[in-house]
Amino acid sequence: MQFRPILSAMRRNKVGAILIAVQMAITLAILCNALFIIQQRIALSERPTGVDEANVVVLDNQWVGNPPDQAARQEGDLAALRSLPGVQDAFATNTVPLTDSGSTEGISLHPDQKSASARAALYFGDEHAIATLGVKLIAGRNFNADEITEKVGYTDLKTPSAIIITKGLADKLFPGANAVGQSIYDDFSKGQVPIVGVIDRLQVPWVSAGGWGSSFNDNSFIVPFHIVIPYPILYVIHAQPGQAAAVIQAAPKKLFELSRARVIGKTRPMTALRTEIYKNDKGLVVILGTVCVALLAVTAFGIVGLTSYWVAQRRRQIGIRRALGATRNAIIQYFQTENLLIAGAGAAIGVALAVSLNLWMVSAFSMERLNTGYTLIGAVVVMLLGQAAVLWPALKAASIPPALATRAA
Amino acid sequence: MFNYYFGLALRSLKRNIVLTALMIAAVGVGIGASMTTLTVFRAMDNDPIPQKSRQLFTVQIDNWGPDTKSIVPGDTERLQEQISYTDAMGLMNAKAAHRQAAMYKTGAALTPANPDVLPFQVQIRATYTDFFPMFLTPFVAGGPWNADDDKNHADVAVITQKLNDKVFGGGNSVGKSINLDNHEFRVVGVLGTWAPTPQFYDLNNDQYGEGAELYIPFTRAIDGQMGSWGNNNCSGDPGQPGWEGRLHSECVWIQFWAELPTAADVAAYRAFLNNYAADQQRSGRFHWPAHTRIRDVREWLVYQKAVTAEVRILVLVSFSFLLVCLLNAMGLMLAKIMGRAGDIGVRRALGASRRAIFGQCLIEAGVVGLAGGLLGLALTALGLLGLRSLLSEEVSRLTHFSAADISIAIILAVLATTLAGLYPTWRAAQVQPAWQLKAQ
Repeated sequence: MQFRPILSAMRRNKVGAILIAVQMAITLAILCNALFIIQQRIALSERPTGVDEANVVVLDNQWVGNPPDQAARQEGDLAALRSLPGVQDAFATNTVPLTDSGSTEGISLHPDQKSASARAALYFGDEHAIATLGVKLIAGRNFNADEITEKVGYTDLKTPSAIIITKGLADKLFPGANAVGQSIYDDFSKGQVPIVGVIDRLQVPWVSAGGWGSSFNDNSFIVPFHIVIPYPILYVIHAQPGQAAAVIQAAPKKLFELSRARVIGKTRPMTALRTEIYKNDKGLVVILGTVCVALLAVTAFGIVGLTSYWVAQRRRQIGIRRALGATRNAIIQYFQTENLLIAGAGAAIGVALAVSLNLWMVSAFSMERLNTGYTLIGAVVVMLLGQAAVLWPALKAASIPPALATRAA
Repeated sequence: MFNYYFGLALRSLKRNIVLTALMIAAVGVGIGASMTTLTVFRAMDNDPIPQKSRQLFTVQIDNWGPDTKSIVPGDTERLQEQISYTDAMGLMNAKAAHRQAAMYKTGAALTPANPDVLPFQVQIRATYTDFFPMFLTPFVAGGPWNADDDKNHADVAVITQKLNDKVFGGGNSVGKSINLDNHEFRVVGVLGTWAPTPQFYDLNNDQYGEGAELYIPFTRAIDGQMGSWGNNNCSGDPGQPGWEGRLHSECVWIQFWAELPTAADVAAYRAFLNNYAADQQRSGRFHWPAHTRIRDVREWLVYQKAVTAEVRILVLVSFSFLLVCLLNAMGLMLAKIMGRAGDIGVRRALGASRRAIFGQCLIEAGVVGLAGGLLGLALTALGLLGLRSLLSEEVSRLTHFSAADISIAIILAVLATTLAGLYPTWRAAQVQPAWQLKAQ
């Protein structure tokens, strides 16, 4: 294929060629950054919590007033919940994953450390917590019943008697070593707490991309407290497989039978929490996806429109070339090569544009660096799009009869 | 002349219907995408209290000292976003501003008088009487409690119209009693619709939510040991156990706003605040020099990043998309105009000036822009509808199209398309009549 005639023809149509190249460059820059964000948000919303979400049901319970016998009432509630048909286990806590609400504490290895060794999310629980959540104990043991004490309000700063931590936190605090049997100091109580168990995974309650908790997503711990506070607290119930819907119906009914002096918030499965908390991330994925498709369509139609015009403008020249012996394929190849040259230039500018756009987003929105694979995928997509879009006008050009050259315009 | 050119433009657009449709579609899709995201952006970037946003200031005091790491990533100022109870009391007692109010979010179980109705949860804001005049809250009945109620830790409440409808079935409920966690509160005022968006005075939770349903005196809430349902941060030092311990701790959980009408007031308050922090250092509470800051509503919203990164990204993406659409329309217009070089040559030969040709083509571009803008409006409505189904309820509140948005869409479409049409139009005006006529 000869480039010289194509280049000289393009020189006479500079602006059109530049317009297409610039469009392709911007399309490429947006496309690969959008695909990158889409991939990240999907990965974000699919992170496992470590909880058996399909079978875990949560409800929040708030007592009217601040009854002095709150601890006993809570004990009664949980016993009643555990006795419901279809319920495997239940416990009370401050929060669960996928709620975007909870407490963070600094964990230190020495009592007088100035800044903590790790940040971690705090979950309250008793000997039922691990079974109810369905998290996997991978080292050490569960809490014993005699380790559980009452925590009266968030301002109660008593030291827990034991602690169970996630593998993520264990690896951060004791890299390469066995965490069970070691001790930590928590920021609140300042007391020494022995680690009795390690669980595989229990995600922190916060999920937003780059937000609070994103830097310590796997660092959580459970303290053996019965939480007795004048706030709404969560009852977590593990239903037998397939019984979650029935439990959602039965649980509030049972609790109201015990006492009506309470407020029960929504009763729902953890899967519903997941859908709700990641709704905006999923929305962003759909919106960006739609924009990408529209962008490709607009760029493609632009190429079709402009190339068709060029074909129409050069009908006579094409006819002459055909009369002089050029084959149909040669004509098609001419337009395809022309488009490839333009798209190549556009892709080169586009890759540079995509990288700078990403670098700007990294600094402005603390996003991650773009994977080079995405720019390559983007470049290939944009060049293929150009080839596909130019095919129809090129076929039209190839169908111009050689006899046209002999006719007067 | 305009009418003639307008007619010519329509005729010319009709002649090449496919190209025209492509142009209008490109402009329309671009405008639709960018207006959809711009609407959400404008709602997030909204000035929630335009009459006073430069007169209302929130206070930040460093009560943790330089040894405590900042909790806000990338924050070089190292200041907490809320203040401690000790500082809230210090500032309330000093009364150094025209008006001032400490406040925090809490909640309670409300037991209706009708025993058949189950108790339900209410979101409460504990604050001072100045909150209401300072933030221009509209009352439909009664009014704020008075300063004596603050002093006496009185059992009084201001409720929203929505709660009034729910509990009392509407009407003037001033003087009626409401039961919160087994304590009776007397209703002194009913608030009309008031939901500044974003909720500038407390951006910790529900930035775009409906706000509290009930307001009670701060002093009364502290008496009742009603803890904060918002953000409590004790990274500095959790203090002693128990409620009294929490009050005397350096935990931050209270928002504080002051009304400072003039520049002199602002300067004076800055000086006062610095003195206050210096006093805390002298008394041995702070072991570091005074580090304080006041910000007005606009500055506070920027500092707190009220417009989320997601929306900024979407605005960026959609406006780049609009740019691609306009480049596209420009290319098509160029093709279209150059395809008509013959006509233009004839008109020029018959005496039309370059300016006349320029005007005619520019009007043609404007017509495309107008049509694209109208299509864009329809697509924006569709886009916002899509966003409402895709995004959370809280963000969905930001997807309402105002008259201002409609005019922005049309003006943007016409202006941008005309701008994109400038080059093709200029090329048209350069057509040499003799050349064109000869070539024919």
